[in-house]
Amino acid sequence: MDKSVQRKLDEALDGPKFQRRIKRRNLVDLSWASGFTVGGIAVIASVLLIMFFLVYVVAPLFAPADIEQGKTFDLQQSGQEQTLYYGVDEYADSALRISDSGRVYGIDLSTGEKLRDERLPIGDARITSFTRISQGDQLMGIGLDNGSVLLVQYEYSVTYPDDVKTITPKLTYPFGQTPLTLSEQPITHLSARKSGSQITFAYQVDGASQIYVKQYDMIESMLTEEVTLDLYQQGQFAAPAPFKWLKMGISMRNLYALKQDGTIFYFDIRDPQQIKLVETVNALAPDQTLTAVQFLIGEYSLLLGNDQGQVAQWFPVRDQDNNYFLKKIRTFEVSDQPIQDINVELNRKNFAVLDASNQVSMFNSTAHNNFASFTLDQTVSQVHISPRGDRLLIETPAHQLVTFDVDNEHPEVSMSSLWGEVWYEGYDEPEYVWQSSSASNDFEPKFSLMPLTFGTIKAALYSMLFAVPLAVLGAIYTAFFMDAKTRQVIKPTIELIEALPTVILGFLAGLWLAPYMEAHLAGFFSIIFLVPIGILLFGYLWSRLPEPVRLLVPTSKRAVLMLPVVVIIGFVALSLSGPLEHLLFDGDMRHWLTDSAGIDFDQRNAMVIGFAMGFALIPTIFSVAEDAIYNVPSYLVNGSLALGASGWQTMVGVVLPTASPGIFSAIMLGFGRGIGETMIVLMASGNTPLMDANLFEGMRTLSANLAVEMPEAALDSTHYRVLFLSGLVLFIFTFIFNTLAEVVRERMRRKYGSL
Amino acid sequence: MRDWFKQGEHWVWFSAATVSISFVLVIGLVLLIAVRGLVHFWPHSVYEIELKNDQGKLETLVGEIHDTQTKPIVDPQDPDMAVRKVPQWLVKVGNRDVYGTDFRWINTDNIVGQEDRLARDITVLERYEWGNVYGQLTKLTRDGEILAEGDNVKNVLEDLVSTGQTLHDKINTIERVDIGGINYRIEQLRLEEKRLRAENAFDDEARQAIEAERAELNKQFRDYQEKLAILRDQANGLGDVHLNLAGGHAIQVPIKHIVRMWQPNNMSNADKVGFFFSSIGHFLTGEPREANTEGGVFPAIVGTVTMVMLMAIFVTPMGVIAAVYMSEYAREGTLLRLVRISINNLAGVPSIVFGIFGLGFFVYIIGGSIDDLFYSYAQPSPTFGTPGLLWASLTMALLTLPVVIVSTQEGLSRIPSSLREGGLALGATKSETIMKIVLPMSMPAIMTGLILAVARAAGEVAPLMLVGVVKLAPELPVDLNAPFVHLDRKFMHLGFHIYDVGFQSPNVEASQPLVYATSLLLILIIVSLNLGAITIRNKLREKYKALDN
Repeated sequence: MDKSVQRKLDEALDGPKFQRRIKRRNLVDLSWASGFTVGGIAVIASVLLIMFFLVYVVAPLFAPADIEQGKTFDLQQSGQEQTLYYGVDEYADSALRISDSGRVYGIDLSTGEKLRDERLPIGDARITSFTRISQGDQLMGIGLDNGSVLLVQYEYSVTYPDDVKTITPKLTYPFGQTPLTLSEQPITHLSARKSGSQITFAYQVDGASQIYVKQYDMIESMLTEEVTLDLYQQGQFAAPAPFKWLKMGISMRNLYALKQDGTIFYFDIRDPQQIKLVETVNALAPDQTLTAVQFLIGEYSLLLGNDQGQVAQWFPVRDQDNNYFLKKIRTFEVSDQPIQDINVELNRKNFAVLDASNQVSMFNSTAHNNFASFTLDQTVSQVHISPRGDRLLIETPAHQLVTFDVDNEHPEVSMSSLWGEVWYEGYDEPEYVWQSSSASNDFEPKFSLMPLTFGTIKAALYSMLFAVPLAVLGAIYTAFFMDAKTRQVIKPTIELIEALPTVILGFLAGLWLAPYMEAHLAGFFSIIFLVPIGILLFGYLWSRLPEPVRLLVPTSKRAVLMLPVVVIIGFVALSLSGPLEHLLFDGDMRHWLTDSAGIDFDQRNAMVIGFAMGFALIPTIFSVAEDAIYNVPSYLVNGSLALGASGWQTMVGVVLPTASPGIFSAIMLGFGRGIGETMIVLMASGNTPLMDANLFEGMRTLSANLAVEMPEAALDSTHYRVLFLSGLVLFIFTFIFNTLAEVVRERMRRKYGSL
Repeated sequence: MRDWFKQGEHWVWFSAATVSISFVLVIGLVLLIAVRGLVHFWPHSVYEIELKNDQGKLETLVGEIHDTQTKPIVDPQDPDMAVRKVPQWLVKVGNRDVYGTDFRWINTDNIVGQEDRLARDITVLERYEWGNVYGQLTKLTRDGEILAEGDNVKNVLEDLVSTGQTLHDKINTIERVDIGGINYRIEQLRLEEKRLRAENAFDDEARQAIEAERAELNKQFRDYQEKLAILRDQANGLGDVHLNLAGGHAIQVPIKHIVRMWQPNNMSNADKVGFFFSSIGHFLTGEPREANTEGGVFPAIVGTVTMVMLMAIFVTPMGVIAAVYMSEYAREGTLLRLVRISINNLAGVPSIVFGIFGLGFFVYIIGGSIDDLFYSYAQPSPTFGTPGLLWASLTMALLTLPVVIVSTQEGLSRIPSSLREGGLALGATKSETIMKIVLPMSMPAIMTGLILAVARAAGEVAPLMLVGVVKLAPELPVDLNAPFVHLDRKFMHLGFHIYDVGFQSPNVEASQPLVYATSLLLILIIVSLNLGAITIRNKLREKYKALDN
């Protein structure tokens, strides 16, 4: 070789220029490599983020309450007075304390500053009894020794002098400052309730054996907007025995008188002139004593605390004959010490319990959940929860007020309230209920995921009932019997369903199929019977045909031959609908079902879902199962056929066992997809959260529920997090089914590799 | 016969029949949608039906027959309470402002005389409000003077309607494009001022600049208002058409309210075909009217396309990078297998779960943070902290990511290793081999994945309901105002349109034909996308078959 050429080549491949170029290329290579690595890992991480994000949103539901001791204040005191009531504002910044000597003190809960010190306008009368008339708007009745009642309401005003939020608590007198005279004698027991434009009082006066019930109309003066009370009707009845507590329930219909030994006398006072004793129950065991009685917010449930550290929730329940009776719903085990005080939150079904060992425990009644407990090292006498449940005020006999900050966002959720049967207020028995929101403040949210999960599985199962036989049998024929040319047309056509937007299937199911099916119900059932029989008959008759005719259509083309047959049988079956309904169901099957058979019928029901969603699942199952069967090695098939087995015998004996894992994974994939499908069920299932396997009733699935309720759930509310939890459940469901399918398929691939 | 069963012949017949059933179902479904969707565009014949109602009075109906059903009726006089099935017709009588409803179910029992008598010389007017008018033309008036009467009316009216259309388009353009643009800029100015105030940078200079610009915009606004006023005057001056309706009513319709007019019973077949295609044109390019139950789906098409294109921009690099990393760079092992399984799994995760993820993560967390950082001056009204186009397309990108990853990986694994080795042997670095040989060759696979992703995103509705789709968006997500694509806007979507019109609309009967037409459109888009993907995939397979040999 020419030396100069050699030298030039050496220079080009070894010189500093070349080295620089190599360096640059290596740098580029490295940066691409790291770019791809970082980018790839980031994308994969962001994909996995979905799962972690769901968990991140759900986790606070199950986080324990966080309780922190706040400040301690000295209470103003005049003589030996007891606190009757604490009014606390929504922000828990101030409190108003009413004492039994008729004094009212305002306390700033951040500084301890005294905001107010005044006396109730009761002259020289003494307070002899006290009741909360309406827990929600903090209206109270104060019974006096001159036989009258002063009605006061706690309120607060928020002002911004110098841009600083200042809260001023105060008492107002919605019915004037003059007490309402009920009697001449001191009122010893008092209970009252407001409902609509009426207030009902039930009271007992000193020395009397009667309990009086008086119902007043609230009349608003047109000119002064002053509200006065006008006696509407009254009644009285003999007190059954000396009792300690008198409690009137919501809507002014139930009155309970409770004795210390736990006997509850339950009166119906709807008509004050005809008061009936509904029943007498003993709420306690013989060796127990009742120590505290309180209504849960909503004034429906009674909370009874006894001297053995238990609090029981009771409320009236209706039996089959529409009669109400008191029923113990659940018991909260607090400790083994006597219960001293029970106080309830104003927004949720939470309450705090104080026992004799100075332990404070907080519960949620719906969730049957003790979410916080702590013990104070000083003796305490009273506990009070702020309206939003974020602060506890605890009073000691030494006239101190200890505050505790409670951070507890989601007390109404526990495993038992999500997945168990819960006896909700006003229900006749424990039930699984999903009812997430309502207009009323004292509403008990019902977050049972059971009806939704049940609906999800019901929808998926009914559609599998339709999809699996069609898809698997179809896959068997397409993969094993059909010739290549027909297969090329048939397979993409069936797989085309996969591409159809489910919103279209849902719309057809809801607006076309559902009414059509309702009108031709008998026809659809006759299809289920007639089509298999028709196919069988046609097949058998075909085999009886002379051979030249039979040979016109080989086995591999039978699907084409069956096309018109199926259409004709289907058409005949559907047109039999009318005559069949005439013959068997008095002319109309839908009426017959509800009237004669007693089966509830919704137009958008599980049968519609079964057809529509089943149709959507066909391609998923068909495609995977067909692949599995098609990939069975041909020498296995040929061997079997050579030994004289018929086509179907080979199928059952050789192909199916080999392909069964693939078919299994196909079914799993289909089920997974059925569980997650949203639009079809949203549009064609009626969306009622029922727990009923009835074919003719609808359901609400987890996915449809998300689509319906998610847009209106407030960020970070319990509802929002429970919805995310249902999303997580959905995620886990599909993840299990898909992984199962994937693992089985992977196994099968390896098995075929060795064959 | 026993042999026949023994050999399992009946099972073969069954399995063959299931294939036929599935096939019939698919074809039947597509045909059902196609027929019902296309019929919507075809000019229906208008019939004149004479009815005897329950009180024995005679009544004339004029309208299109849209549906038939049989209704079970229990005769109260019958001692057996036997149920009798009576065929019923759904008749579109139109003239909603006169009759109250567009549609009426009639019992065919009550029809007097001939059932299918065509109404003579009937004219149908499609209006911007109150639906169609079915009636006989009587005269044309302008300012109380008679313009035309008798047979002449039709020809004059046709001209006037087309003039009215031109005016309407002009007015629409000025309102939407010109005045819309000015409003947009005024709103931007307001936000700019708010921002400057929040930053304490709103000095005299800035104030003057903003006010000068605002004055200029207001002036333009007034100019356009004047132009509009002139055009509106012209439209008002077109006159009114008078018609006699069935049942002895008469109606007067301002010509500016008329979209189209036709005389279905007098049309020849060629006319009908022409009408059919012009209806399709109206449907594709028109704005929805009357709570989406009439008019076109143009905004929904634009919304769908914009969202899908944005999604494609997000999902392609993400999917390709992840796939290249997994098949070229990552070390094979249990971890990678787990990652593959979870990505495959992700394809099976319900779409609604992606929806709540998009709402909780993108909208509330990311969007909320963006608002806090950059748009705090606009608060409390959220900019990105509310469902919108950006979040919808990102959510869809995540949803379709597995499709792109899996498809790209498949493409990468099909490239013969000899090609890679050849590249490396010639001295190329690994990245050069990937960028110049492997990726270009797997382009068809990437395209397949992308098209499948687009097809899936176009048909998916459930997650979009949470992250940005609305039933009626006041503005398109794309317009002529910079930055042209408005990522924070809510948009309309064909799939959601179907759900909304079919299920939330107060006038179900009126909206059904439109829903079928929209469904047909969506199916056509998605099926053609899928067919495209299949074609590309097949070509790809052919190509590598050649390489393997």
